[in-house]
Amino acid sequence: MTAQNLTTVEVRMLRAESRKRALQDSWTLWKRNPVTIAGTLIILSLILIAMVAPWLATHDPFDQILADRLFPPSLDYWFGTDNLGRDIYSRVIHGSRLTLMIAFVVALISGPIGLVVGVLSGYLGGMVDEVLMRLSDIFLAFPKLILAIAFAAALEPGLTNAIIAISIANWPSYARLVRAETLAVRNSDYIDAVRILGAGHLRIMIYHLTPMCLSTLIVRVSLDMGTIILIAAGLGFLGLGAQPPAPEWGLMVSDGRNYLVDQWWVSTIPGIAILVVVLGFNLVGDGLRDILDPHQRQS
Amino acid sequence: MSSVDSNPSSLLEVKDLHVYFPIRGGVMRRQLHTVKAVSGVSLNLAQGEVLGLVGESGCGKTTLGRALVGLAPMTSGRVFFNAKELHHKNGKSSNHAMKMQLIFQDPYSSLHPRKQVRDLVGEGLLINGLARVEELDEKVLDILEKVGLGVDHLYRYPHEFSGGQRQRISLARALILKPELIILDEPTSALDVSVQAQILNMLKGLQKEYNLTYLFISHDLSVVRYMSRRIGVMYLGNLVEIGPTRSVFENPKHPYTHSLLSALPSIKKGKRKERMILKGDPPTPIDPPPGCPFADRCSNTQEKCRIEKPVLEPLKKESSQLVACFFQNENVL
Repeated sequence: MTAQNLTTVEVRMLRAESRKRALQDSWTLWKRNPVTIAGTLIILSLILIAMVAPWLATHDPFDQILADRLFPPSLDYWFGTDNLGRDIYSRVIHGSRLTLMIAFVVALISGPIGLVVGVLSGYLGGMVDEVLMRLSDIFLAFPKLILAIAFAAALEPGLTNAIIAISIANWPSYARLVRAETLAVRNSDYIDAVRILGAGHLRIMIYHLTPMCLSTLIVRVSLDMGTIILIAAGLGFLGLGAQPPAPEWGLMVSDGRNYLVDQWWVSTIPGIAILVVVLGFNLVGDGLRDILDPHQRQS
Repeated sequence: MSSVDSNPSSLLEVKDLHVYFPIRGGVMRRQLHTVKAVSGVSLNLAQGEVLGLVGESGCGKTTLGRALVGLAPMTSGRVFFNAKELHHKNGKSSNHAMKMQLIFQDPYSSLHPRKQVRDLVGEGLLINGLARVEELDEKVLDILEKVGLGVDHLYRYPHEFSGGQRQRISLARALILKPELIILDEPTSALDVSVQAQILNMLKGLQKEYNLTYLFISHDLSVVRYMSRRIGVMYLGNLVEIGPTRSVFENPKHPYTHSLLSALPSIKKGKRKERMILKGDPPTPIDPPPGCPFADRCSNTQEKCRIEKPVLEPLKKESSQLVACFFQNENVL
């Protein structure tokens, strides 16, 4: 075949074929590990539940029936009711939306910030590196939860500020990770090779360094999703995150703590929800590491 | 400079090039030592010529190649390419250096693992605005066919290829910019012998077809002999001998070249040459003493050798073989 009769159709076919190959590889790696499958199923069903929450819920999550307060699980109230007579099952179902929203928004804010800071710091080095890394050191000196509490308290309590606070506490560890990855790749032959072709710093950072850092970052972020949800729940528990009457899981656990001994279901049910979701994200994160790692691909 | 070349219309002219690397440490990152990787190399390359550069590991031949394309700092000296002087700033090649490309030694580390062949090879065109994205497939394929790859390889990732194929991709990446000079940094040393031969023949074919100029860096004497018309021998950052391949191989004048060549096994029966085995290791290029770089290991070292550094001088008048030795005509080798 010569270049002259290379048609767009053929090129499109080749491209599709290569994409298919990549997907097949991912599929093989995914199904090799039952733990990853379990994690994926948990997260997918959580997303599904969040999407169809209004249809799954049996009651209005905000409807207070004071006569029915603190009912144990029954046919009418599947997971029982809380101290204000709200149906816990419906609240947990609706709460999945909040939880997912927090986890994804925090990941979408802190991930890219960490990526940009890390690549700049690792590639440019010198003063830029020094300043950015000392800044991230300051953040890393405090435990994430403490830092998030401090920021959430300094801002005003509320869901939006909780998201901002968690993002602020989160980006430095991503920046560190990406910087390390960048340093490892920066002086490699293939970066030198594009330099000889005439590539500028920006091009090298965006097209060549970023793709190398991305998979590590995605794995790390997906593993962190659990922590993010826990911190959000912790902030909710302390009254610094979502505000009543929002059906946020951490807030619900906090609501039930006065009744823990006699009406265990009020705190336990949302607690189990948190547990399952955190577990799901961790399992997926582990699986993603196997799938995205280029070294695994080579075998 | 003493470098007199038989060919006046040189494509590349290197004049007294030095590449030093500082070793910093201690308080305030003081400069403690200097690694003199290349200390004063001068050479000329004519259009369409293949110059082989040999020497043992650590003699600075790779650094020389990297400095020419701007990957290593030029501490001093001047380089003219197409009669224009090259200036490299902060590791980024200057514009006209695009016509000078480098092929790396290790085909496994010189290709971005997450890019497809089309993007790897076509990148140079996009960077320099020589092609639009829609034309890329066709232009890349054109070049791929020149290096013995085909349309099936266009959308594959580097890890799907063997070492030899990867080296072909590297070559395609360089060729697509229509370079005039290609610096080949041991392009076959990471390949096994049968593949080596294929790649070498392809390189030779391409060189003839496009009248390319090669600076062929290698430590494999037989490969250099096969590839190049002229050969330069480096030792400890210095060019100690340079000349037509035939005359250097048959009539080495520098004691180092002589010992290097005597290490070559000969298949001719009964014509066993006397081996000249050097004692000791080459000295480190960290703060080397003045004088001849080879003085410590030479069998014929005299007082002058330790004080003054010999420069490359023609063997006889009008000879194209240059030797950096005070006693080049006395060396009975």
